Amino acid sequence: MTARGGLRLEGLVKRFGEVLAVDGVDLELPAGKLISFLGPSGCGKTTLLRMIAGLERPTAGRVHLDGEDITDRPPHTRDIGMVFQSLALFPHLTVAGNIGYGLRIRGVPGERVDARVRELLDLVSLSGLADRRIQQLSGGQRQRVATARALALEPRLFLLDEPLSALDANLREQLQVELRLLQQKLGITTIMVTHDQREAMTMSDLVVVMRAGRVEQVGEPLQVYRRPATAFVASFIGTTNLLRGRAAGRDLVRIGDRTFEVAGVSGDGEVVLSVRPEEARLLLGEAPDGNALPGTVVFVRDLGEMFECYVDCGLDQHVIVAGSPRERLAVSQGQPVAVGFPPDVCVVVRP
Amino acid sequence: MSDRPRPTRGAYAVLAFPVAMLSVFFLSPFFIMLAASFYRRIEGGFYEPAFVLDSWRRVFSDVFLERAGFSIWISLLAGAVCIAVAFPFTYFLTRMRRRPHVSLLVLVLSALSLSEVIVGFAWSVLLGRAAGISNILVWLGVMGEPVAYQPGFVAVLLGLCYIAFPYCVLTLYPQLSRLDREVTEAAQTLGASPWRTFRTVVVPIMRPTIVAGFLLVFVFTLGSYLIAAILGRPEHWTLSVFISDQASFNANVPFASAMALLLTVASLAVVGLVTVVESRTRRAA
Repeated sequence: MTARGGLRLEGLVKRFGEVLAVDGVDLELPAGKLISFLGPSGCGKTTLLRMIAGLERPTAGRVHLDGEDITDRPPHTRDIGMVFQSLALFPHLTVAGNIGYGLRIRGVPGERVDARVRELLDLVSLSGLADRRIQQLSGGQRQRVATARALALEPRLFLLDEPLSALDANLREQLQVELRLLQQKLGITTIMVTHDQREAMTMSDLVVVMRAGRVEQVGEPLQVYRRPATAFVASFIGTTNLLRGRAAGRDLVRIGDRTFEVAGVSGDGEVVLSVRPEEARLLLGEAPDGNALPGTVVFVRDLGEMFECYVDCGLDQHVIVAGSPRERLAVSQGQPVAVGFPPDVCVVVRP
Repeated sequence: MSDRPRPTRGAYAVLAFPVAMLSVFFLSPFFIMLAASFYRRIEGGFYEPAFVLDSWRRVFSDVFLERAGFSIWISLLAGAVCIAVAFPFTYFLTRMRRRPHVSLLVLVLSALSLSEVIVGFAWSVLLGRAAGISNILVWLGVMGEPVAYQPGFVAVLLGLCYIAFPYCVLTLYPQLSRLDREVTEAAQTLGASPWRTFRTVVVPIMRPTIVAGFLLVFVFTLGSYLIAAILGRPEHWTLSVFISDQASFNANVPFASAMALLLTVASLAVVGLVTVVESRTRRAA
């Protein structure tokens, strides 16, 4: 089966009165993958998804699905399935009524609707609940019904708008895995909006990080984590240490009175480095000459699975060093230490 | 429902006042009316306590039963027409942008400040021959000469719908404005056109509200007597017209009471029937 549901967004802009919700988005999204739009609230990710669904008319720009321009098509002709943040189940219909709605309004005969509904109920592990009323279901069951309803017509695009936000943490994690497995099994092109970076990392093939209506970075989850393009991406996805300094010649950066060796730096402008807490090194004794900062331990916490140490290195933020408890050094609050930033873990990011 | 906290003594105390007011000002007149319907009428103006069935015998004559039937029929019709217009109107109203939304709502509700007399005579002018809308049609060349659309059945129905429309909108508005927009959007992403969404999602979800609005218009127009008196011929007079006629002009309070009770019982029966049918079909769906 050839993957369908390849999506191309071209200069999409959406303005609500004075507010610019989406400010020029160009994206090429591959078919058959799960893509996350990740960003803080108000970054325009939901508006972008709604424009793809046809629920919002772009102020400018085009939407192409499998090479066809669908910008002017109303939502009911777009061949999409969508799970809404509120789930938006029909309260006047049963579980089966909800799942079969799309089939029935297309005039599919009753017994075929029933068969398909049973198949979908099995798919989302809700067999036997066909005749329940929506009000009788738990949050997780409702979520599954919404998923099944959106998939009933085998749409070209599966859109999820913060699909798990109403659930508690444990169920959320479980459903993240379930949804991802389901998506892989069906090979359906899926776009998910989320503000939860863990969710995006768990589920996605591709993460689109957004901020203030623009795309900051597009990449695979680990690539976005390890090689963030901007300071915003580095601090939004996971925790990071941002070190501000100036370029001091080829592959050299000065931070305070210390010199760092960092690949890919030239000129003499301002440079921001991102170093993940688990890649920084806590050193006892005098700070070595290169790629290290002296400081004082401010706070130590041991979370069992990892330990974290906050060090005041005289920067505008404390430097966080994390590691596994095995390699924990015997440090205590107020102790002078040094933090090492090996050259290969320093990532140059745009400010 | 069963795990609701038991009302405290304070709650009962708070309830006591409205209950007392209701019994004094609603139930007692009702029972006085019930008693009065059995009183004996004295020719020339008054009545005396007695237990005679004269008034009731007269009520159950063909003429007045037929009037009661007509009253219920035209009120049901008014309810249906009002819902048919007010429901789509209110739905689109709640989906408008804020500014036109509020001004339109204010405009509709401002019609509530007009008394029934004014509405009746305004429509009587509008539908009349001398200065009515048919003159505009003549001016436009659609018609040869002006005609009168009143008095007549349609004129009465129109007048009743006009006075009931704002109340109908008021009943529908809260629920419709609370309808989750994502629910209608979900239907659209599943392939339903806007009209189909309205028919298969909005209307079924709103059914209890629609029934409530319908019953409100029904009961409200059943009590209206001025509209029918102003805009109708005698054959369009509702039972309420006769009740007011008997009570105010003929001073026949026993007969007016009997007719009022007949109308009350008949309307309660209709309300009960509609409610039962509605909840049955909802449970069956």
